[in-house]
Amino acid sequence: MKPINRFALTLPSHSANEAFARAAVAAFLTQLDPTVEEIGDIKTAVSEAVTNCIVHAYPDTIGKIYITVDLHADRTVTVRIRDAGCGIADVAQAMEPLYTTAGGERAGLGFAVMQSFMDGVKVRSKLGRGTTVTLKKKLSLRVASHAGTR
Amino acid sequence: MPVKTDVTGEVVTAYLSGELDHHTAREMREAIDAAVDRNMPTLLILDFRDVSFMDSSGIGLVMGRYRNLQRTGAALHVVNTPPQIYKVMQLAGLNRLAKLEKGGVRIETD
Ligand SMILES: Nc1ncnc2c1ncn2[C@@H]1O[C@H](COP(=O)(O)OP(=O)(O)O)[C@@H](O)[C@H]1O
Ligand SMILES: [Mg+2]
Repeated sequence: MKPINRFALTLPSHSANEAFARAAVAAFLTQLDPTVEEIGDIKTAVSEAVTNCIVHAYPDTIGKIYITVDLHADRTVTVRIRDAGCGIADVAQAMEPLYTTAGGERAGLGFAVMQSFMDGVKVRSKLGRGTTVTLKKKLSLRVASHAGTR
Repeated sequence: MPVKTDVTGEVVTAYLSGELDHHTAREMREAIDAAVDRNMPTLLILDFRDVSFMDSSGIGLVMGRYRNLQRTGAALHVVNTPPQIYKVMQLAGLNRLAKLEKGGVRIETD
């Protein structure tokens, strides 16, 4: 399915960019008039995936994070977050709730949040090559909020 | 300042503000821990009314404070959570550990 609109963004993996990445995706989405809850869900999922690139994919270096957002005519939003970092040895294990390889105060709930807040989450990863996370959500149909004015 | 703290008797209230993610969590954590270390409260209240966004880094922050407070037996209450934040906390199962109420979480350590 061909997207009706697309946005692409490449950022260095500075943690200060976590807020910018999710805000940029949310700003692009507003043309589909999503609900406040839908925006919150997508921002949270994007924040998790982008943070994983920063914390896990590039633990000791600054690498590039590639983000694309596709909007489709049926109101499906697809966000792809890709890194060229260390990769994940066992994706199924990484996606288990509470699983984390970073100590400190990582909750191990990033993938659980993505899966619960989006309609679809796909992870492709190759050790030493990088990881691509594809997030999908179909927005609800909305009646134009300004219909009837004037 | 992303955290303002208020001390009343044995209760420390930390008012968090702004967006809580991996980037901002450290500064918030340090401010909360400094207030707890200084005052040794029996109850820590984390007030989320001015937090405009939170991801799972916030769960790490709440759980980390919970673990620290367990050592002294102090209680932790999370209050005034906006809807997006409540949703993340509910997903994280903070309600299994504590009583999850509308607008907040009460975690009684024992
Ligand atoms: N982009 C990535 N590159 C390398 N490893 C990753 C990536 N994303 C996730 N991981 C691995 O998956 C684990 C689980 O991720 P997540 O559920 O977000 O929890 P957390 O980030 O709290 O560890 C991480 O601890 C890490 O080992
Ligand atoms: Mg994570």
